[in-house]
Amino acid sequence: MAYSNKVIDHYENPRNVGSLPKDDVNVGTGLVGAPECGDVMKLQVKVNPATGVIDDAKFKTFGCGSAIASSSLATEWLKGKTVDEALAIKNTDIVNELSLPPVKIHCSVLAEDAIKAAIADYKKKQAAEAKTADTVAQPTA
Amino acid sequence: MTLEGEAFSRAERDDMAIKLPIYMDYHATTPVDPRVVEAMLPYFTEKFGNAASRNHPFGWEAEEAVEKARKQVADLIGASAKEIVFTSGATESDNLAIKGVAEMYREKGNHIITCVTEHKAVIDTCKRLEKDGYRVTYLAVQKDGRISLEELRAAITDKTILITIMAANNEIGVIQPITEIGAIAKEKGILFHTDAVQIVGKVPFNVNELGVHMASLSAHKMYGPKGVGALYVRRRNPRVLLAPIIDGGGHERGMRSGTLNVPSIVGFGKAAELCKQEMAKESERLRGLRDYLNDKLHKQLDELYINGSMDHRLPHNLNISFAYVEGESLLMGINDVAVSSGSACTSASLEPSYVLKALGAGDDLAHSSIRFGLGRWTTREEVDYVADKLTSVVSRLRDMSPLYELAKEGVDLSTMQWQTEGH
Repeated sequence: MAYSNKVIDHYENPRNVGSLPKDDVNVGTGLVGAPECGDVMKLQVKVNPATGVIDDAKFKTFGCGSAIASSSLATEWLKGKTVDEALAIKNTDIVNELSLPPVKIHCSVLAEDAIKAAIADYKKKQAAEAKTADTVAQPTA
Repeated sequence: MTLEGEAFSRAERDDMAIKLPIYMDYHATTPVDPRVVEAMLPYFTEKFGNAASRNHPFGWEAEEAVEKARKQVADLIGASAKEIVFTSGATESDNLAIKGVAEMYREKGNHIITCVTEHKAVIDTCKRLEKDGYRVTYLAVQKDGRISLEELRAAITDKTILITIMAANNEIGVIQPITEIGAIAKEKGILFHTDAVQIVGKVPFNVNELGVHMASLSAHKMYGPKGVGALYVRRRNPRVLLAPIIDGGGHERGMRSGTLNVPSIVGFGKAAELCKQEMAKESERLRGLRDYLNDKLHKQLDELYINGSMDHRLPHNLNISFAYVEGESLLMGINDVAVSSGSACTSASLEPSYVLKALGAGDDLAHSSIRFGLGRWTTREEVDYVADKLTSVVSRLRDMSPLYELAKEGVDLSTMQWQTEGH
């Protein structure tokens, strides 16, 4: 299969590979895909609680070159975006940027799912945190 | 070039710097040996006759060349020349054997036994016959890639007319218990066909010792040209009769009409002769290199899984799953090495190798597999290069793999809930 230069570049020089602390309340983690399907993406965002802007994003991907490139590109795009802006990223944007062929579109879908899962996890944690803060705060109030 | 043993002497090989890309996919195809090309060349130009022209020297010359090649191919497998039917390749040979028996022995029965890890040329031919009212049993394989002889015995009915089981698998190189299958077929009076494409010319294969009634052969897997193959069809004990699938001028004793591809057949013959002469030495050399590759990879990397039996395997084959790394991304990282992967992403179907799935190893390991096929021109230097390159790429991709990270954290991946829907 012939890859676009952008896919090759992301494969050879992946941006933002790594992990953020899963337990940090400002970190959202998305883990999507399945080993038996041949691709699993872990995508993490770290949100600045004061501004709501994504300060940092990291990924790890088990998958083909297009899956690695899709998640690498996603982390690049996420940095500096607000949570709402991040949710607006569509898989078709990734397809266009990386010139993915039809058989690789599922890689971009997975990357979009990973973004949504990471942000959902972040929001869930924030909601839980707010609730804990309430219950902790109550006796003194 | 030396004529005995190897195409290049050791000294000549040592002088050669590694030339990239490295070809290590000899199960897919092989380069034509220069000695084969040399034998073929006159038959394109000055010796261009039609082997079926009985009235002039051009035809006689071509026929003589074809008959010499027929003998060379027959000699390689312990057959007699009259038992060799030339075809366009092993896919046609498989079709001819299976469809030919099915039609010819329809009165006797309608049941065929094969196996799930067969080449598509066999499986799809059987599927076609199922549509025409035949019944097919697809035997499972054990974890080592071999069929169970008990299951084979149990599958036989009084309607069984054919057993077709490959000699050696094209992906995992696993050699089936051909002698034992041959004995069962003989005992039950059932015809036995084997797709012998990967084994012939690599390790000794004698149709009489093995009790084989039909065997499919391909020239381009044994350093001959593409587009030519053969079907061995036994002529006595028992005499196998086949209905042709191509009708026409009655060539090849009516079993395969069509003007013979004389230059390619000459090349096939020469390739068979060379294999017969050099097979013993060559397979020993390749076994040494294959084992060296395997040892080296195991020393440099952890979590490697060999697919299929190591004891019953072609000497030049290795099929390894590099756990937690996806096969296509691995191939992308070693793009100056030509190997194959069982990963889904290497095919348009998005399904991982059905052969590896049949071993029960799990789809994730099928996605992580690489097939190495060593051959006549593989050098130790190439093996070193491939092993080192793979080590660095696998290590890099594992650092990038969420599965490797989870496994190292002690998470049991098989018990995790994965989101499989829609992917």
